[in-house]
Amino acid sequence: MSTTRTAVRTHWVAIRAMLLFTLVLGVAYTIVVTGIGQVILPAQANGSLERSGDEVVGSALIGQSFADADGNPLPEWFQPRPSAAGDGYDGGASSGSNWGPENADLIAAIEERKAQVAEFNGVDEADVPADAVTASASGLDPHISPEYALLQVARVADERGLPESEVRELVESKIQARDLGYLGEPTVNVLQLNLALAELEG
Amino acid sequence: MEGLFAVMQAATLALILALLYRPLGDYMARLYTSDRDWKFERGLYRLIGVDPRSEQSWPAYLRGVLAFSVIGLLFVYVLQRAQAVLPYSLGLPAVPEGLSFNTAASFVANTNWQSYSPELTMGYTVQLAGLAVQNFVSAAVGIAVAVALVRGFARRGSGTIGNFWVDLFRGAFRLLLPLSVIGAIVLIIGGVVQNFNGFTEVTTLAGNTQNLPGGPTASQEVIKLLGTNGGGFFNANSAHPFENPTAWTSLFQNVLMLAIPFALPRTFGKMVGSNKQGYAILAVMATLYVISLTALSALEAGGNGTAPELAGGALEGKEARFGIFASTLFGTTSTLTSTGAVNSMHDSYTAVGGMMPMLNMMLGEVAPGGVGSGLYGMLVLAIIAVFIAGLLVGRTPEYLGKKIGPREIKLASLYILVTPTLVLVGTALSFAIPGIREDVESVSIWNPGIHGMSEVLYAFTSASNNNGSAFAGLTANTPWFNTALGVAMLLGRFIPIVLVLALAGSLAAQDKVPATAGTLPTHRPQFVGLLVGVTVIVTALTYFPVLTLGPLAEGLN
Repeated sequence: MSTTRTAVRTHWVAIRAMLLFTLVLGVAYTIVVTGIGQVILPAQANGSLERSGDEVVGSALIGQSFADADGNPLPEWFQPRPSAAGDGYDGGASSGSNWGPENADLIAAIEERKAQVAEFNGVDEADVPADAVTASASGLDPHISPEYALLQVARVADERGLPESEVRELVESKIQARDLGYLGEPTVNVLQLNLALAELEG
Repeated sequence: MEGLFAVMQAATLALILALLYRPLGDYMARLYTSDRDWKFERGLYRLIGVDPRSEQSWPAYLRGVLAFSVIGLLFVYVLQRAQAVLPYSLGLPAVPEGLSFNTAASFVANTNWQSYSPELTMGYTVQLAGLAVQNFVSAAVGIAVAVALVRGFARRGSGTIGNFWVDLFRGAFRLLLPLSVIGAIVLIIGGVVQNFNGFTEVTTLAGNTQNLPGGPTASQEVIKLLGTNGGGFFNANSAHPFENPTAWTSLFQNVLMLAIPFALPRTFGKMVGSNKQGYAILAVMATLYVISLTALSALEAGGNGTAPELAGGALEGKEARFGIFASTLFGTTSTLTSTGAVNSMHDSYTAVGGMMPMLNMMLGEVAPGGVGSGLYGMLVLAIIAVFIAGLLVGRTPEYLGKKIGPREIKLASLYILVTPTLVLVGTALSFAIPGIREDVESVSIWNPGIHGMSEVLYAFTSASNNNGSAFAGLTANTPWFNTALGVAMLLGRFIPIVLVLALAGSLAAQDKVPATAGTLPTHRPQFVGLLVGVTVIVTALTYFPVLTLGPLAEGLN
């Protein structure tokens, strides 16, 4: 009898504690952090949006597709990495491919991408960097390696009727060094590069 | 150059953790030994009906842990089932029964295994009022249990091991909450989103449409890491640029995951009255961490396997901004703690590289392990180590002045048997039960052949050790996996807690025996080496046969 009473009492304490935690750690805490973010750091808190003129064209942090409706890459834009998010760069379905290292589908996909990237850019298959033929972890990777960006310079310049040197300079100016000089990898943000590219002509 | 940068990155992390070790460890020691309650805390204790100055025996302490966790389980379950009528649910329907059970078990057990894709399943209210709250309190429960065990070593002839409610409240309000507010702001500076915007449709530069997600992410992200929980706000977890935008936020996330687990040995040392004992435990944890990180980094940089060699590097499932080394650092940290967050996809690691996260979890997550659970796991292994040393020299084993008798050894032995049993039985049943086997092979497994078996092994390893990471190709949202993994998470969390609290009670009741010339010193390199050896032999060897069937077979192919 007394054990039952103790158990009931303990659970009643637990229920009240849970409600309290929900109010403080769930609701109040989230509202306070949201308030701080929205007041002090609204650009970041709202997704680091990028604009072309007045129009929001995406987020600096979220990769986007530069392909036509059928999924064919548009040669006048720098191309991002392959993506496994939905049909590619689906912001509502972040995901990697999760293919294992010996998966036949992955091996076939890499072979196909390698051939496609080489032909698309008029280079040798051996010169295609690894990030160009592998899907990222999020499927929303906004970056490519500087090597992959430089590989695309000739094609983009040709397609847009721009001097190659000018496009190459633009790419080089957009290479982001490692954080603090040694964290992570050097990258090029594809959306920011393409926005600058669009301005180059404008 | 690449290698040098990798070493510098790890050294930076080590330096930050070293700077935090004493202040954070001492702060926690004061927190859990002080008999002064803050004014607002006294009000809260009155509100929930608890006398903060009363001490509990170990069964009473355990009753608190279990009652609180059962209520948490029900709470998260009901919230998900009621999602359709909750505000800020993004139009999402109620979460189905099986998935709701799995998710509730997962977050209450500090596991954060996710059978679901958050963007498509969980609205903001369930995330912040259900999941984020459990991120705080399940972490606070873990630290409380560890502190109770430490009190067992520190006290003599005592019938009590502390007050669960006080430990829970202090951990949540004085430790996790303030650190989370600071950490969340740092993450927002780095670009982590914090809003209630839902999805925003934009027309992209090339004229396509894209849905940009929003949400109160930073507030949940920080406690996901600080509490070694690991459940992502988005499906891609810490690989998602809105959760982990840059290489420096990734390093910061490593700090968040490791800060408390690596500082707890200091707390332990302080509370038992010898900082050297804390340093010895720290040395064991750090040694295992460094070995594991080096192995995974070498394996991924080596890039063996058909697909990585064809691509020219093991970059499938890795983000360009992180590359190899920021990915292997995060993967090691996440699976040697009980976090289970990922910034790269472990399923796509090289065959033997993919074994390392599994091995990290199989060690029992003790290097440094989850918040609290890492310390109590390591202390149980220390008891086994002094027992083995005692057998070798023929003396009654002692640890910190406490005799390790039959009762202590029975409890410690049962503790180390729990997770291997759950992992191996769960994996075996998945392939042994007719009907379930077919379902596992046709619906759940994503990669064919040996790798598919590794996906199932990984899932049970992750669930039973309360990690939460995955070979994420596995479709786990099926009746079998939702149920079996849910049960594995609960048993893998709470059976060890029962054993640890029983151990705490039995140790606290003992008097201390004075150290003699025959006492094994447990603060010297000799003991550190012994404990490293025991940890590896006792845990990893158990799994060697099954690892040869999975990742090792794939790697040798």
